[in-house]
Amino acid sequence: MAEYQNIFTQVQVQGPPEMGMVEEVDLRDRTKGATFSSLFGWIGNAQLGPFYLGALGVVSLAAGAIWFFMVGLHFWQEAGYSPGVFMRDLFFFSLAPPAPEYGLGIPPMAEGGYFLIASFFLLISVMTWWARSYILAQQLKMGKHVFWAFGCAIWLFLVLGLFRPILMGSWSEAVPYGIFSHLDWTQNFSIVYGNLFYNPFHALSIVFLYGSALLFAMHGATILAVSRFGGDRELEQIADRGTATERAALFWRWTMGFNATMEGIHRWAWWFAVLTTITGGIGILLTGTVVDNWYVWAQEHGYAPLDK
Amino acid sequence: MALLSFERKYRVRGGTLVGGDLFDFWVGPFYVGFFGVTTIFFSLLGTILIFYGAALGVTWNPWLISLEPPELEFGLGVAPLKEGGIWQIVTICATGAFVSWMLREVEIARKLGMGLHVPFAFGVAIFAYVTLVVIRPVLMGAWGHGFPYGIWSHLDWVNNVGYAYGNFHYNPAHMIAITFFFTNALALALHGSLILSAANPEKGHEMRSAEHEDTFFRDFIGYSIGPLGIHRLGLFLALNAGFWSAVCIVISGTVWFDVWANWWYWYVDLPLWIDLEGGVNG
Repeated sequence: MAEYQNIFTQVQVQGPPEMGMVEEVDLRDRTKGATFSSLFGWIGNAQLGPFYLGALGVVSLAAGAIWFFMVGLHFWQEAGYSPGVFMRDLFFFSLAPPAPEYGLGIPPMAEGGYFLIASFFLLISVMTWWARSYILAQQLKMGKHVFWAFGCAIWLFLVLGLFRPILMGSWSEAVPYGIFSHLDWTQNFSIVYGNLFYNPFHALSIVFLYGSALLFAMHGATILAVSRFGGDRELEQIADRGTATERAALFWRWTMGFNATMEGIHRWAWWFAVLTTITGGIGILLTGTVVDNWYVWAQEHGYAPLDK
Repeated sequence: MALLSFERKYRVRGGTLVGGDLFDFWVGPFYVGFFGVTTIFFSLLGTILIFYGAALGVTWNPWLISLEPPELEFGLGVAPLKEGGIWQIVTICATGAFVSWMLREVEIARKLGMGLHVPFAFGVAIFAYVTLVVIRPVLMGAWGHGFPYGIWSHLDWVNNVGYAYGNFHYNPAHMIAITFFFTNALALALHGSLILSAANPEKGHEMRSAEHEDTFFRDFIGYSIGPLGIHRLGLFLALNAGFWSAVCIVISGTVWFDVWANWWYWYVDLPLWIDLEGGVNG
C-alpha cells in the first residue's frame, strides 16, 4: 500500500491553453479564450473553455433559460412574491400539467396552458442541444456515439412528457415540474398501476442502472490501477496495445475468467448506459396504455404470488 | 487451456498475502490463491444451503424461491436451521465469499503491479450488502430486519420497507444515492461514447486522437475533464451511489422512524421563516 494510488494529480503543469483541433470547425463560433482552475486540476484537466456556441447553442440555451425562468416565476408567484417564503417552500412548489378534463386540448394559461408553453421551450432546448451533439462530432469527423446515447435519454424524456400523454389522450399524464411534486408523481404512478416493481422493463432498467454503476466502478478502478503504466491513454492503448491493457485484461481474466478489450469495455459501458433509458422508456410507455396493473400482470405471468 | 498470446510472461510467482507459494497457481484462466480456496468453500456451502432451503420451501419456480430471515422474536440470537438459521449461515457464507473475492483481487493486483482500486471499490459494494443484512439488523435488534434471498421476494422487501417510511423518495440520502446513480449512468454513457466515437470516426478518416476528445467536449459543454480525470470521476460517482444507498437504508428505522416526508419540516420550521404567511406551508 505504500505505493501512490493516483487519486489526485499532485503536480500541475500549466502552459498556454489548448484551443482545440480545427478540422471543419467554424472558428468564428468557438470562443477565443480559456482559463485555468487548479482546483479542477486536482481531478482532471485544469483548463476551462473554449466553448462552441453557434446558432443551435444560442437557441438551446435561450429556450432552456425561458423554461427555467417560467418555472421559477410560477414558484415566485406561488410564494406570494416573498423571498422568505420562496426559500422556505422551494421544494414544495410545483408547476403542474393541465387537469384531465382538458385532454390533449389547450387549457387557459392559469390551468395548464403555462405548463404546456414552458414544456414546449424545454423540448426546443433539449432537441437543439441534441442536434449540437451531432454537428460538433461531424465537424471533427468523429463517430456519432454521443448523439445516439443522448437520443436514448431523450427517448425516456419524450415518453414521459409527450408520447405517453398522447397515447393516454391527456396532457395531465405529464410529469409536474417541482422537487417534491415529481417524487409524488413517481410514487403515485407506481401505486395507480399496481406497483412498478412488477413491471419487467422497470426491473431491466434498474438492472442496467446498477450495472452502469458496477461497470464504471470496475472500469474506472481498473484504469486508475494501471495508470502508472499509461492505461488512461485509452485511444493509444486501443490502437497499439501496451502493458497497461495487458495487465488490466489479465486482472479480470484471472479474477473472473473473462476480460474485455480496451475498446470493448467502452462498448459494454455504452450499451449498459443507453439500455437504462431505453428499457425504462418502454416500461413507462406500456404502463396505462397496454398494462393497467403490473401486479395482476405478474400474477398472470407466474412471478407474483396468487391471492390466497 | 489457451493462454492469451501475451499471458505467459505475466504468470509469475509472488504477490500473495497468505500461504506463500502453496496456492499460487491457476486453474484455466482463473487465479486460485489462498482466497480462491476460501471463496470456493464459502460459495459452495452457501449454494448448497440455498438449494436445501429451496427444497424445504413451497416452490421450485426460480423467480419465487426465497430464503427468509428468522422471525423478529429470535432477536439477534441463533435461529433453528429451518426457521431462519439457513438464512443466517448463507449470510455468513456470502460475506465470507465476498471478502475472500476482494482479498483475491488484492493478490492479483499485487501480482500484476497494479493499484488496489478494484478491491477497494468492491469493498464499498460489500459494505452496502453488509449494511443491509448485518449492520442495520444489529442496530435494530433482530436478524429479521435483513432482506430475504429471492429474486422477487427481495423486491417485495424493498417495497414494504420503503412504504413503512411513506414515500421513500423523500429520504434525503436516497435522493443523493439516486442522483449519483443517474449521474453515473450519464457519465458512463458520455465516456463510452467519446472513446467509441474517437476510435470509430467517420468513414474514410483516421482514428481520432485524445486532442479530438478534449476538443469535442470543450465545444460541447466548455470543459473536458480529460482521460485520467474521467476515470476518477466515474469511480467517485459509482462508489458514492453504493455508499449513499447504504446510508439511506441504515438511517431508516435506526435514527428516523417517521415517514420521510416529515423529515423536511426541520427546514420549513426554521425560526427564520416559520411565521411567514403564504406559500405552501404558510
